[in-house]
Amino acid sequence: MDFLQLIISGLANGCVYGLIALGFVLIYKATEAVNFAQGDFMMLGAFVCIGFTNHEYMGLNFWLAVPLSILVMGALGYLFNWGILRHMFGQSQTSIVILTIAMGFIIRFFAGATWSHEPTSLETPFAGQEVRSGGLVLGIDEVLIVVVTAILTLVFFLFFSRTRIGLAMQAASQNQLAAYYMGIPVRRVHSLVWGLSGMVAAVAGILFASKGAIDPSTGLLGIKAFAAAAIGGFGSLPGALLGGLIIGLVEPLASRYGPPGVSQIAPYAILLLILIFRPGGIFSQTLSKKV
Amino acid sequence: MRFVFKTSYDADISLFKHRAQAVWYALLLLLVLATPLYFVAIGDAYLLGEITGMLILAIAGMALMLLTGHTGLPSLGHATFMAFGCYLNINLLGAGLPWLIAFPLSGLIAGALGTMIALPVLRLHGVYLALATLAMSILTSDFVVIAEPWTGGIAGAAVPDINIFGMEINRYSTPYKFYYLVLAVAILIVWFYRNLLRTPTGRSFTAIRDSEISARAMGINLTRTKATSFFLSATTAGLAGALFGHSAGYVTNETFDLVMSITLLLMIVIGGLGFIHGAFFGAIVVGIIPVAIANGRTFLSTTFDVNINVPGLESALFAFILVCFILFEPMGLYGRWLKIRTYFELFPFYRKDMFKRQKSYLKTDRVQ
Repeated sequence: MDFLQLIISGLANGCVYGLIALGFVLIYKATEAVNFAQGDFMMLGAFVCIGFTNHEYMGLNFWLAVPLSILVMGALGYLFNWGILRHMFGQSQTSIVILTIAMGFIIRFFAGATWSHEPTSLETPFAGQEVRSGGLVLGIDEVLIVVVTAILTLVFFLFFSRTRIGLAMQAASQNQLAAYYMGIPVRRVHSLVWGLSGMVAAVAGILFASKGAIDPSTGLLGIKAFAAAAIGGFGSLPGALLGGLIIGLVEPLASRYGPPGVSQIAPYAILLLILIFRPGGIFSQTLSKKV
Repeated sequence: MRFVFKTSYDADISLFKHRAQAVWYALLLLLVLATPLYFVAIGDAYLLGEITGMLILAIAGMALMLLTGHTGLPSLGHATFMAFGCYLNINLLGAGLPWLIAFPLSGLIAGALGTMIALPVLRLHGVYLALATLAMSILTSDFVVIAEPWTGGIAGAAVPDINIFGMEINRYSTPYKFYYLVLAVAILIVWFYRNLLRTPTGRSFTAIRDSEISARAMGINLTRTKATSFFLSATTAGLAGALFGHSAGYVTNETFDLVMSITLLLMIVIGGLGFIHGAFFGAIVVGIIPVAIANGRTFLSTTFDVNINVPGLESALFAFILVCFILFEPMGLYGRWLKIRTYFELFPFYRKDMFKRQKSYLKTDRVQ
């Protein structure tokens, strides 16, 4: 039972990692840019929702605050691309990596200055409620995380494979110039993707903050999610989720059964091993360019 | 306007383009050699210590510049190689080796270790390298704790003094000697770096940066050249780390953290990616900003009675400056200086788009 409980909480953690990774992959798939600030977007989303919901701030109804903060984060993502990243169009990937890292620092500072550096948790109507089945006691928040993640993944999978705009995003990702010639408004598509990934980040953040406390440096969690994305194979949506789950599961198990100190190292060690032995990730999609 | 007539092919790779340039660099050398005189005169060597710190940062910056600026491989983990260098230096000195052997050796071993770690990832796309080095950088602190017998773990380790043929050098008791030592190392590395860029190896680095595919088409062995670049870069970073240890006097598991790696990256971007000068300009900016912020705070609180005490302000300001540079001056401070200089050299024929870089539209390397 103990083991099962560990697995479930690991799964819930893994889903949050997976959702952040989903945000990375969305952006990477469509714009070929890597957003190192995704973890901080998640943190910001959580704080926006806390700002709307918690009674010491605005004290809105939880069910009103959630869509509101998702919208706010979507708009922020859209504006971030429109105002800053769009001007980097056609420049080297290294500068984009550096730019997003710097943005992460700024977001962390902003969140710390606006809300607080203290760990805060979201006041949810279902806090502390439990689901009991058999000898198993599950927090409803954990169950909710798993369910929401599963639904989101399915929606995104259908979005990318079935809808017109999803296909346009894929085309823009494969070859920006060619997509532009085909009449796809590449820049707007990019902004939309950023907005979308901002929304996903908000969802991840809200789920995370309803499960436990969050503080501005939680954004660094994004690096773990990044490892998740790479383990699953960059550019693969199910891969991102799987990678998140692997990391989420490995962490509690390693801290329970492994020697001390291993649990912090384990996710990155897995990442390095994957990069060494299966460089493209589990769902490998890389193809080396031939001369 | 100056016309440089080249009368031999060697003129293309000569160290200085024309005599005036050589004269300027000689003057600069004199200036840095004479700097301690000023501090002797005022009798306070505190600022000299800061300048020495900048020089050490500049050495680390050159290490990253070679990799990121000249070979085009982003690394977010150079603090790790500095940590390698620093702890190796401590242990080699502790084993009784003289500094003159322990110091270069710690750099070389750090380089070899770094290359071994990076070798599997070097075959991959740049982003994966950034990711692997990022992971490495996060793990550094944990590994320092795990390797406690050699590193002192959380408690930290004291760095022994430098001893060259019986001459004791310590950052605090003999700041002038330490300055000259660091300066000598910096000049040697600049000299080596400059010469490297004139060799076929150095040129193949630049070729890889500009286009991997064309570099390969010209017969450059990508993996080997990248590994060479990585080795040289990690070695230099190791040397910088060893010097950093001597300058700090005491290192713990939190000395070489992710923030340091990112500071290095920030430094070379602000200074100017792809120029040796950039490492120095960046180091100066990174060295000055904390001092400026502290002074600004004191000024605000004493003059206007405004107390700004927001945690994290410093790194946010760093990040903001970085964003501004990437957006408005991607070539960095040195690039700005080049533009100004060219404007006057060509006056009145300078054109607006002279330094405009060609855009490269991204194509995916994924199978769809």
